[in-house]
Amino acid sequence: MASLVSHPDEVKVVTRRFGQGATNIDRYLELDGYKAVQKALGMEPDAIINEVKNSGLRGRGGAGFSTGMKWSFVPKQSAKPKYVLCNGDESEPGTCKDRLIFEHDPHAVIEGVMIAALAVGAASGYIYIRGEYRYLSVIMQKAIRDAYAKGFAGKNIFGSGRDLDIFWHGGAGAYEVGEESALMESLEGKRGIPRIRPPFPAVVGLWGGPTVINNAETLASVPHIMLGGAEWYAKIGPPKNGGTRLFCLSGNVAKPGVYELPMGYSLKKMIYEVGGGIPGGRKLKAVVPGGSSTPCLTADEIDINMDFDSVAKAGSMLGSGGVVVIDDAQCMVKFALRTMKFYQHESCGWCIPCREGTDWLKKTLMRFHAGGGVKKDIDNMQYLSENMLGRTFCPLGDAAAMPTIAFVKKFRNEFEDHLEGRPCPFEKAGAAEEMAALAH
Amino acid sequence: MADVTLTVDGKKVTAPAGTLLIEACKTVGIEVPSFCYYPNLSLQGACRMCLVKIEKMPKLQTACTTVIGEGMIVTSDSEEIKQARKSMLELLLGNHPLDCPVCDAGGECELQDMTFTYGAAESKFMEAKNHKDEQQWSPVVFFDRPRCILCYRCVRVCGEGMDVWALGVQNRGVSSVIAPNREDHLECEECGMCIDICPVGALTSGAYRYKTRPWEMKHVGTICTHCGDGCKTTLGVRRADTGMEIVRGDNRDKSGTNGDFLCIKGRYAFDFANHEDRLTQPLIRQNGKLSPATWEEAFELIGKTFAEIRDSDGGAKIGVIGSTRTTNEEDYLLSKFARVVLKTNNVDHHRTADFPALASALRGKEGATASMAEVFTAPAILLIGNDPTEQHPLLAWQIRNNVRLHRARLYVINSNSIKLRRQATSFVQIEPGMEGQAAAFLAGSDAAADTLANSSTKKEEWIALRDKLRGEQNLVIVFGSEIVGDGLAKLVKFGSAISGAKFVCLADYANSRGAADMGLYPDLLPGYHSIVGNSQFHQEWGEIPQAAGLDLPGMVEAGKAGQLEALYVVGSNPVGRLDIDPFTFSKSFVVVQDMFLTETAVIADVVLPAANAYEKSGTFTNTCGDLQLVKKAGEVTGTKSDFEMIVRIADAMGFEMRKLVPFGGGTRADMGQSRGAQSGEADRHAVWLEAHGLEPKMSPFDPTAILDEIQRLVPGYDVSRVNLLSGNSEHTSLAEAGTSAAHKPESVSPANDSLFSSGTLGRYSRALNSVSESHEVKTAEVSAD
Repeated sequence: MASLVSHPDEVKVVTRRFGQGATNIDRYLELDGYKAVQKALGMEPDAIINEVKNSGLRGRGGAGFSTGMKWSFVPKQSAKPKYVLCNGDESEPGTCKDRLIFEHDPHAVIEGVMIAALAVGAASGYIYIRGEYRYLSVIMQKAIRDAYAKGFAGKNIFGSGRDLDIFWHGGAGAYEVGEESALMESLEGKRGIPRIRPPFPAVVGLWGGPTVINNAETLASVPHIMLGGAEWYAKIGPPKNGGTRLFCLSGNVAKPGVYELPMGYSLKKMIYEVGGGIPGGRKLKAVVPGGSSTPCLTADEIDINMDFDSVAKAGSMLGSGGVVVIDDAQCMVKFALRTMKFYQHESCGWCIPCREGTDWLKKTLMRFHAGGGVKKDIDNMQYLSENMLGRTFCPLGDAAAMPTIAFVKKFRNEFEDHLEGRPCPFEKAGAAEEMAALAH
Repeated sequence: MADVTLTVDGKKVTAPAGTLLIEACKTVGIEVPSFCYYPNLSLQGACRMCLVKIEKMPKLQTACTTVIGEGMIVTSDSEEIKQARKSMLELLLGNHPLDCPVCDAGGECELQDMTFTYGAAESKFMEAKNHKDEQQWSPVVFFDRPRCILCYRCVRVCGEGMDVWALGVQNRGVSSVIAPNREDHLECEECGMCIDICPVGALTSGAYRYKTRPWEMKHVGTICTHCGDGCKTTLGVRRADTGMEIVRGDNRDKSGTNGDFLCIKGRYAFDFANHEDRLTQPLIRQNGKLSPATWEEAFELIGKTFAEIRDSDGGAKIGVIGSTRTTNEEDYLLSKFARVVLKTNNVDHHRTADFPALASALRGKEGATASMAEVFTAPAILLIGNDPTEQHPLLAWQIRNNVRLHRARLYVINSNSIKLRRQATSFVQIEPGMEGQAAAFLAGSDAAADTLANSSTKKEEWIALRDKLRGEQNLVIVFGSEIVGDGLAKLVKFGSAISGAKFVCLADYANSRGAADMGLYPDLLPGYHSIVGNSQFHQEWGEIPQAAGLDLPGMVEAGKAGQLEALYVVGSNPVGRLDIDPFTFSKSFVVVQDMFLTETAVIADVVLPAANAYEKSGTFTNTCGDLQLVKKAGEVTGTKSDFEMIVRIADAMGFEMRKLVPFGGGTRADMGQSRGAQSGEADRHAVWLEAHGLEPKMSPFDPTAILDEIQRLVPGYDVSRVNLLSGNSEHTSLAEAGTSAAHKPESVSPANDSLFSSGTLGRYSRALNSVSESHEVKTAEVSAD
């Protein structure tokens, strides 16, 4: 169990029931549980979709696409069964919000899936949980069993005459499966490799049926929107960026943790007030604003609001809400290497640029960080990344390329400091041991 | 479908809606490069080589997965795209071993060609390449992992094309690797299509690897000599001490009906030709032992003996057994030689299908037989008997992919749960031997349904099946050797009530159909004309004996009774196949033309070393009736074609050769010799001359002189010579066939070959015997010729 943090600026919506024993279904019911889905049962599907559209809720997985819009793409009539899919394959380094939701409020996710199913006319919902979150799947399994026992899921839910099945499915340990079409492949029992699009999941998804796939945080927000109303939710954040966001503050801050803040909250305030600033008297060097795949911002660039549009304007992405703070004692080359190690390891290998590109970038960065770099390497790393960008089969290639381009562009001086056989200027004792550890 | 118009690089392109952009570009000569895209296999979008710019799309798009749209504006040659292609190649070459100088694919490698065209001359990487050692997956398939670019073509052709699914992908990221189905090795149909489809040298052939460079071979596109399907195989031929050596078989020439397809036999089982047991000298029995002799001695002895028997006791004392692997020209010549020179009707061959009954049933029906190409396009197929996967691999491929790509409906009636069942919309299992009853039922006999109905299929289901079949149009009806005689007539009766229905009668050897069409029967002349009467053959050939001859069992009986004074066996092994007592023909003068000392050859008085179908020119007719050109790859020193040997024997008997082979005049040599056409393509000049009747036939050994006669006299063979000579298949017709006599359906016996056996040829093929799958095959009761 991760310990919870809090700050007065927080607006508790998704985290409202955290730490209150809501994994127990009776306790959940006391905390307004399963009221939203019952309300939705009395509504027309289009009314549910409109409510979500009006709330300004945007996908919390990273892309920030309007949730209501996504639901509206699902055809009303379909020869094949429709599905709702909860993407709980949270694997982006720096991101650890969905795990708290599964741990503290699993029924909210179930309820969100059910409302989405009512909105699009699906009779089954799947909750896909990251393979490494084995202990969370135990919690989720119990929650689903309890919901069935109460008659909330399965046949004739809440006596409404409607059937709605909820299943959970565990991943097998692949970041790639967080990509929606790869997740569907995985759920179907195949290799976790993305699909060719179009067709998009809303038309041809799981087992060929129209499918809505949303992030766990997105779905957990939906019951609150149903109860609190679209207007209330939208107003929490700036225009077109409704509601709150779970920010996973990590790295060199005094009080790291997951904070639920309104959309559009100042990044500077988040680091210095919510996070308690940089410890040890050191200075801020850079921030990765939305998970490891987003381009870093330098200390000069942090005076921005944390909503999808503002961060995009600043040349990065709000992404999955993983805010990684880096102070001036950290080596950016090493940070780039750690990032690339991850993407090289997680590339599914399907397409050439991602499979080969991440491997060469990792190899080059390892040698480079160890002091074996030559000047040409810096340009080559940028060249390689730029030639991956936008040309891979799925966004994983972009996720590896974007941060690397930013590291090289914004911290070229640090790369140059590693040249000519010099050991890493940030390492007290050479990098040889580090190399061995990295190369395991 | 309606047409869609778009613009690519400023050119207007119009193509049917649903066409992929990469294919639409081809139609106007714009090449969009790709590794993973392969026509008729599922789309991958993996290699990213085909990225193009489509207006209004923020990123470059893969042309291989994009369906064309009206008004689409596409750019395929901007600087951005050139750079994308170049960087993709840089990444591929990064871990590629660049061992091109020793790689089998060197010179015919798509990665080399792409690098040459789209340029990635500089290596940007300093680190060591990832390396893994080469693996042997089967005697005929090797995998060199570092060369693999992961285009997944092999995985798809094996799964989607072959329905074998023996290859897959293991691990992920840069460790991704193609893996065989049995951990460290393959157990599959060993077709080797994964090797041919591999764009690089990652998958290589156990039969060919490290033997030569592709440009050191002559490539000859000819027809496979194994089963009756008529696949085109490209033989890679090299000069050798023995005259020539075939070192490779593959699909380099894709112009055949088979396109990309070849089975293990067409790809690897050319090696019988190089076997060290090949006979390369005539043998004459002296003091009870076969001893080497000269050709002149052999022909003189045969000619003298045959003439003496004919003149003293009559031609009816001589038996002739023809081959199912010799060319149409040789079969025709043998039939003519027997009747005209030997004066005998004792002519037969190993019958694996009842073609006389088919010809009789289809007489007067135009377009009633389906070509092999039509099996791929028919909207519905009924298959009764046979197991095409084992015995007719190309036919199985055509059916399977017709179902996969065109959603054809396949109805299967079989006594076994054959593999094609997986593609069938309807599968009905019957008791062995009940195929004729099934035909009778389909033709309308409801009584037959009572005998057919069993625990798995009730009478009503049979009736429902028949109703469904009657509702089909352009149905192709394919049947095996289980359907003969009366059953065959019933099946044709049933089919004739279906609009556009066509038939395919399955026979087992490369030219079984030709042997039948060319009249290797005791009572039939070419084109199923009776020996009795006044056909065009009677008019052209001169006097033909009128008494029906002995069939093969009849000749055996005559031999036992001491009534057969001579037996002339051309490319057949009846002693081995029928398990005949070797002393049966001890009183007969036996002449055998063969490649090896078979069970029949060892009892012969004279053995003549024969060339095989890869060493001669002529034509084959496949089981569907498609006529195709057989091209000579080269000669093995010390052998002669059966054609030449027959003519030489006639000559030695004092017969005027020109009466047998109408050759004459002119200045050019026979078409068996290559004149500059080096890479499997047709020699256009020769084709033109030949097509206009200007190609002279100078020699009595020129098979085209007989082809002229066949096309002139044999009904249904009057097809386009230009198309034939250009390497296409030309469908023959049975509509005008002669009035054939009644036949003994029981004389039809299948070859019982599997995917891994091929009669005598199979016994001498190391490749076929080397794969573990060939040892799992049950021994057939009757082995093949």
